Amino acid sequence: MKKHIKALTGLLLAGILLLGLTACGNSGNSEGTTNGSAKFASIEQLKKNDKIRIGVFADKPPFGYVDSQGKNQGFDVYIAKRFAKDLLGDESKAEFVLVDAASRVAYLESNKVDIIMANFTVTDERKQKVDFASPYMKLSFGIVSPDSAPITSIDQLKAKGQKLIVAKGTTAETYFTKNYPDIELLKFDQYTEIFAALKDGRGAAIANDNTELIAWAKSNPGFTVSIPAFGGQDTIAPAVAKGNTELLNWINKEMETLGKEKFIHQAYKDTLKDVYGEGYSDQLVVEGGKIQ
Amino acid sequence: MPNSGVEVLFEGSNFERLLGGLLVTIEIAFISIMIGTILGVVMGLLRTVPTRSLRLLLRLYLEAFRIIPILVWLYVVHFSFSPLLHIDISGETTAILVFSLWGAAEIGDIVRGALESMPKHQAESGKALGLSKGQLYRYVLIPQAVRRMLPGAINLATRMVKTTSLVVLIGVIDVVKVGQQIIELGVIKAPNASFWVYGLIFILYFLVCYPLSVLSRKYERRWQS
Repeated sequence: MKKHIKALTGLLLAGILLLGLTACGNSGNSEGTTNGSAKFASIEQLKKNDKIRIGVFADKPPFGYVDSQGKNQGFDVYIAKRFAKDLLGDESKAEFVLVDAASRVAYLESNKVDIIMANFTVTDERKQKVDFASPYMKLSFGIVSPDSAPITSIDQLKAKGQKLIVAKGTTAETYFTKNYPDIELLKFDQYTEIFAALKDGRGAAIANDNTELIAWAKSNPGFTVSIPAFGGQDTIAPAVAKGNTELLNWINKEMETLGKEKFIHQAYKDTLKDVYGEGYSDQLVVEGGKIQ
Repeated sequence: MPNSGVEVLFEGSNFERLLGGLLVTIEIAFISIMIGTILGVVMGLLRTVPTRSLRLLLRLYLEAFRIIPILVWLYVVHFSFSPLLHIDISGETTAILVFSLWGAAEIGDIVRGALESMPKHQAESGKALGLSKGQLYRYVLIPQAVRRMLPGAINLATRMVKTTSLVVLIGVIDVVKVGQQIIELGVIKAPNASFWVYGLIFILYFLVCYPLSVLSRKYERRWQS
């Protein structure tokens, strides 16, 4: 009996401890957040430090990756380097911090980077925690179909027997269920399955994120992205810590300047062309921070 | 077999980068084990003192590291504490800090366990010989306790080496992260690269951890005779 009581006390103690610690952790966390977002380096400080810390991906080619020489490369990195060059005079002054998708907001909030350029899609939820600058890329849906029977308008799919292939759980599926309830959908779990289904002729076309489709069509002759961009447009933009208006304004202005010389198109040509091909830069790239 | 993917290991400076990543892994693990052992021995000794409040405090400390996942500790220290205290510590420093504290907690428990498992007559015989408290620990208890600690301590050390792979989540580029970068880069050109890259990482971890096992066996054998 005595033993049992001891064990029970131990268990209770552990429980209380756990509660206490999680409570501590929580308060520590929220304080850290408000505190972190209150301070960040001014442009003057960045110039004094002679470096700017930019958070990029290390394993998401072709947007942000590390090449076999150990150097940061990719579409996001290409633009980030230009920022460093125009702000501090040399692109080598960009210090790349390798972030992963889940902690991008935390890096800004805790002032561990000055800018995040890691293929960061603008969403309302994220806007409450960080400030997004003007976008440099846009995402929309696309439709890929065989060259022999191209689908060039969504209305064609309303005809009887024309099935549209989608992957389950994607935004494209939601989009069609909501906006075109009369189009017959053929759903699969895996990306590999939707492509196989189109090749077998089980459906007339595939609808999905256009970047995926463009890359696939490029390596599969006989199929074309017959509608390259439609539907709700998400954008990808650089982000800074909440309230860092000085740097935000600088980036926005920089985007306008870059737009005049078509720099983002240049970035596409140098980093994305091999994956997406020549013809789609206007569908993917946002120049001067404004969506046409 | 054409294009088996093995060549990806030697492309550019890939191999050197993997070794560089391994060095980061070893550095974090080694420094943490060192600091953890020193702090842990002190902590273990303190946990055998009669003062109840001190023992309770140290017990709480141990449980905190046992219950809360190391990953959470890394996140809390890296993203919450460091901005809170207005210090900008690197991911690597965060990792060494957290792993040292974890090591101290666990080694402390191993030391306590070993000391408490010592038969009572050992301490009593020592006292009967007229040894002071310091002498008792120095010549009788600690030498015997060390032998009982060794398997647990080696086990902890290898666990720490392997757990360092969590540091990628606070932005430290260790051997696993370098491997992932190489795999992702070659995902179209060399789809089988992951087999070779992870295979090599497996061997590298083995090369780090196996000597520890050998060492522990050697000492155990020596002490047995």
